[in-house]
Amino acid sequence: MADVVAVIASTHHPFYHRTSTLPPEERPPFAEEWITKISAFRETLTRAEPDVLVMVGSDHFHQLWLDNMPQFLVGKAPWFDANWYNEEREFGLPRMKLRGEEELAAHILRQGLDAGFDLAFSNELRIDHSVTCPIITLRPEADLPIVPVYTNIFAPPLPQPKRFVQLGQAIRQLVESWPSSRRVAIIGTGHLSLELGGPRQFGPAGPDPQFDRKAVEWIASGDIKGCLAEVTLDSLHLPGNATHGFMDFMLMMGVAGEGAKADYVETVDLFHTMEAYFTWFPGGARA
Amino acid sequence: MSKYLVNKFLYTIDRDPELVRRYKEDPAHTITWWEAERANQILNCTDEEHSTWLAFTDAEREALRTHDHVKLFEMGAHPFLTLTLFIAMFENDHQPLDYVRAYAERMQHIRLPYPDITT
Repeated sequence: MADVVAVIASTHHPFYHRTSTLPPEERPPFAEEWITKISAFRETLTRAEPDVLVMVGSDHFHQLWLDNMPQFLVGKAPWFDANWYNEEREFGLPRMKLRGEEELAAHILRQGLDAGFDLAFSNELRIDHSVTCPIITLRPEADLPIVPVYTNIFAPPLPQPKRFVQLGQAIRQLVESWPSSRRVAIIGTGHLSLELGGPRQFGPAGPDPQFDRKAVEWIASGDIKGCLAEVTLDSLHLPGNATHGFMDFMLMMGVAGEGAKADYVETVDLFHTMEAYFTWFPGGARA
Repeated sequence: MSKYLVNKFLYTIDRDPELVRRYKEDPAHTITWWEAERANQILNCTDEEHSTWLAFTDAEREALRTHDHVKLFEMGAHPFLTLTLFIAMFENDHQPLDYVRAYAERMQHIRLPYPDITT
């Protein structure tokens, strides 16, 4: 059976690519710390020596639209083109193309459906920065095949937080039951407190630093119960109007498991968000 | 109130560079054209197989015509769509971050709970 060699949860700040590719003299003051921390974060995936990446993210109204909106969707295709015109325009993201791992996608779909998750699927999916940002930060070679898993954290009505945790738990089991000797890393990205398009956007810090501190503690300590006891669809409006993206972190806590302490935890305070990076090595880290 | 149709306008304009330019420079004509030609187009269907019932209210037309992002927020338009399109139209006319901070400043009177964006 396949091995889950790393579980990684992270924010997906779309400006990392632009920040890190500016000439050093043009970089903003926060760039150096950010780039240094990302380099160390990247090393956690490199050390795990993965063959395949399961990538959990969320389409930002690119291919998925309100006339036909899935809650959870698995991409099953030999290739995934990536990034969109408005992401080039606003964030300077490059066009990318990633190989797909269809056998694992088929396994997740079949076994996931049989386990009670009515997963939607796509055989032609152009993915966006929720998946390409962690490729850029963690595996810039973009050389490993992926299985994208999209969640709806964006277009209400949304699934409940506990459903995200349950899907994460299911994905872990599904990958571990894949009859293959390959090494799989499961990577997911979301947000801490975040406001976009509202009165609290682009402030001097994230919109709710207190929520961010609490969230980092939940994730780092694997405190799924504590997190589920406080987080509801309603409560997530309070830290910022885009904070429902935190449910993808909750999904990744489900992948890592109840009580699983992260082996690597790092944060960066940017001017309008807190960025956060977590890695678990389920079988122990390689030397 | 048709939050869906306002969102559909923002979404379909945002993804087309030519329509972004037209909406910035001539919002009134762009909205009239879009409502007549595009509002009832189902995005994954042929032109012949379209909807027949989608139309803006007067208030929606006015908010879109005046580029009033505050009103759009108050109506429950999806804030990510509005912000993304308005950044595309106006950010380059300002110093970095000035536009998005002024955008927030114009919304300071808005309190929680924010308008419901559920469609």
